[in-house]
Amino acid sequence: MNQYTVAFAGNPNTGKSTLFNLLTGLRQHTGNWAGKTVITAEGEFTHNKHTYRAVDLPGTYSLYSNSADEEAARDYIIFEEPDVTLVVLDATSLERNLNLALQVLEITGRAVICVNLIDEARRLGIDINLKAISKRLGVPVAAISARGKIGIEALLDQIERVATGAFTAQPLRISYSDEIEQGIAELIPMVEQIVGSRYPARWIALRLLDGDDSLLHSLKTHMGRKNIIGTKEVVGHGVTACH
Amino acid sequence: MESPHVIKGTDAMDSLLSAAKKLADKGGIRDEIVSGIYGVSADICRDAVTYKDQKKLASTYKLDSIVTSKIWGFPIMLAGLGLVFWITIAGANYPSGWLASFFGWIEGYLTSGFEAVNAPAWLHGVLVLGLYRGTSWVISVMLPPMMIFFPVFALLENFGYLPRVAFNMDRLFKKSGGHGKQALTMSMGFGCNAAAILSTRIIESPRERMLAILTNNFVPCNGRWPTLILLSSLFMVGGAAAGALRTLSTALVLMGIVLIGIIVTLTVSWVMSKTALRGVPTHYTLELPPYRRPQIWKTILISSKEKSLNVLTRAIVVAAPAGILTWILGNVMVGGDSVLNHMAAFFDPFANLLGLDGFIIMAFILGLPANEIVLPILLMGYMSSGAMVDIDGLGGIKDIFLSHGWTWLTALNMMLFSLLHYPCGTTLINIYKETRSMKWAVLSAVIPLGIAIAVTFAVAQAARLFGWV
Repeated sequence: MNQYTVAFAGNPNTGKSTLFNLLTGLRQHTGNWAGKTVITAEGEFTHNKHTYRAVDLPGTYSLYSNSADEEAARDYIIFEEPDVTLVVLDATSLERNLNLALQVLEITGRAVICVNLIDEARRLGIDINLKAISKRLGVPVAAISARGKIGIEALLDQIERVATGAFTAQPLRISYSDEIEQGIAELIPMVEQIVGSRYPARWIALRLLDGDDSLLHSLKTHMGRKNIIGTKEVVGHGVTACH
Repeated sequence: MESPHVIKGTDAMDSLLSAAKKLADKGGIRDEIVSGIYGVSADICRDAVTYKDQKKLASTYKLDSIVTSKIWGFPIMLAGLGLVFWITIAGANYPSGWLASFFGWIEGYLTSGFEAVNAPAWLHGVLVLGLYRGTSWVISVMLPPMMIFFPVFALLENFGYLPRVAFNMDRLFKKSGGHGKQALTMSMGFGCNAAAILSTRIIESPRERMLAILTNNFVPCNGRWPTLILLSSLFMVGGAAAGALRTLSTALVLMGIVLIGIIVTLTVSWVMSKTALRGVPTHYTLELPPYRRPQIWKTILISSKEKSLNVLTRAIVVAAPAGILTWILGNVMVGGDSVLNHMAAFFDPFANLLGLDGFIIMAFILGLPANEIVLPILLMGYMSSGAMVDIDGLGGIKDIFLSHGWTWLTALNMMLFSLLHYPCGTTLINIYKETRSMKWAVLSAVIPLGIAIAVTFAVAQAARLFGWV
């Protein structure tokens, strides 16, 4: 009877909130446009005697901290460490939607990919081979229609497998250009030393290479929170403290 | 930069970032990262996705080429807006009247109840004439239009029309230095400016987001719609017009008000982006989602339930205390006249320059917590100042205004002032929270207030100069 946390990530306007409402019984207003959800909503649902706390993250195209809502989604996945990150994709534009899924998998393997609007895709004559996608991504993939209430049970089963640890993920690792990989390799030891092993070092290294100041800022505040007792000792040591 | 003694590890992080910056020296990293990810996505889809029918995919584009076309885009938008207003006004008229009479009927019983137990007059005043009336006016004037406007709006939204509006408006916003998504946050402002301030998070660039925050106030929100609808239907439409024609002209007047709001939005964006918020508009991608048939009943039920709950809570939380306060101000006597009258008299000379009167200014000041209560406060102010009119339904409201010397100019300028003046307290708090800057929070109240004063002053002086009033 553990309670697990499931974060709902996804591009804007993929029916993420519709699924969230369906599962949690909350009646948030949904809308057909990008950016409807900017504040995270929370609800609860149960499946096979497990309770889940569901968190609806703002819809984003990436986790690159281009805007306040992207930062919010990113910070939640990294720092709150949900048991499962559910990435909701729009079956009718899968290729663009997969980009976010790949970025999530760079942060955490505890993810389930949910291909929503599958009925719409079928209507448009789009055929999707879920097994092939699941094999490549290394995490469970389920096709649903949140509006049509299709495939919800199967999706919940997959969420359960990841939440309980019954499924061992082997998330796809993207290999970048040699230059980037070299940079990552050089940074990882430093990242691990400073940030610790709690957070995904490879991903942080990649973001740092990209000059992501806002991530650094979030890391500072979150680590600061955990080090509050230690803070007093270093007050005044200033610049020379860590060399 | 952070002060040196904040957190352990801060300096280590900075050195980490500088190490990363050295490695990323050559630039172009973002492009390589993105193309790495896109490459993998494309690769996966090549294997896993097959398209059986290319023609079906193209159906959305046909509709889009019409609703976002240079010729038809704006006419369709305006017609849509007009239609929404028309439905709202036509549909809300009678229920508002019914509610007002219903509450009036109950008030009669309440009053006899108070008399029956020999309750002191002040208690009856505070509870019935203050609290009960304030609350019931807010409900009867606000609930029906809001329960029609927002579901209709939500249907358009769920259909997928809003992003197309943003697409059309983008050209205008770009010219004024703003961001096309400002059209989306503006649309949210129709519902509630305070919520729309949060929705500006979808705008990436801080400069353009600030423009969207500063100008959001210029779309009339939930709390101001009823004032605008009521005043335009009472004063702006000639007495001869009746029935459908009357509804239609009221809708047109409202549309004019909204267009004025949009023009001010664009002008303020333009001026700010040439001065305090200088910069070049950033590029962005706006997604035009596929049209989807809205789940009609579900949408209507959810959004009207949400709106009515919202209106009722606001009525109880804000209007009730304001009703009591106004009654007290109107009945505590200092030197032979009520405090409210003293205050109104104080503002009168200034208000007169703007084509308003002291009571109206008072109502806007006391109405800072929520725009919903401006009109009820005004009515209570008028009624406590002598002329006790028994308002039975909405027609009585016009008599109250007329007995206080209202003309069409007073109504027009009150509408303009309501449209342009500072945002409500909740919105201001949200602006402060989102921008973390007292300066911008204050400016976002002062700039609109300045504009409201300037515009109403100009209109009043012009109307008097030309002898229209």
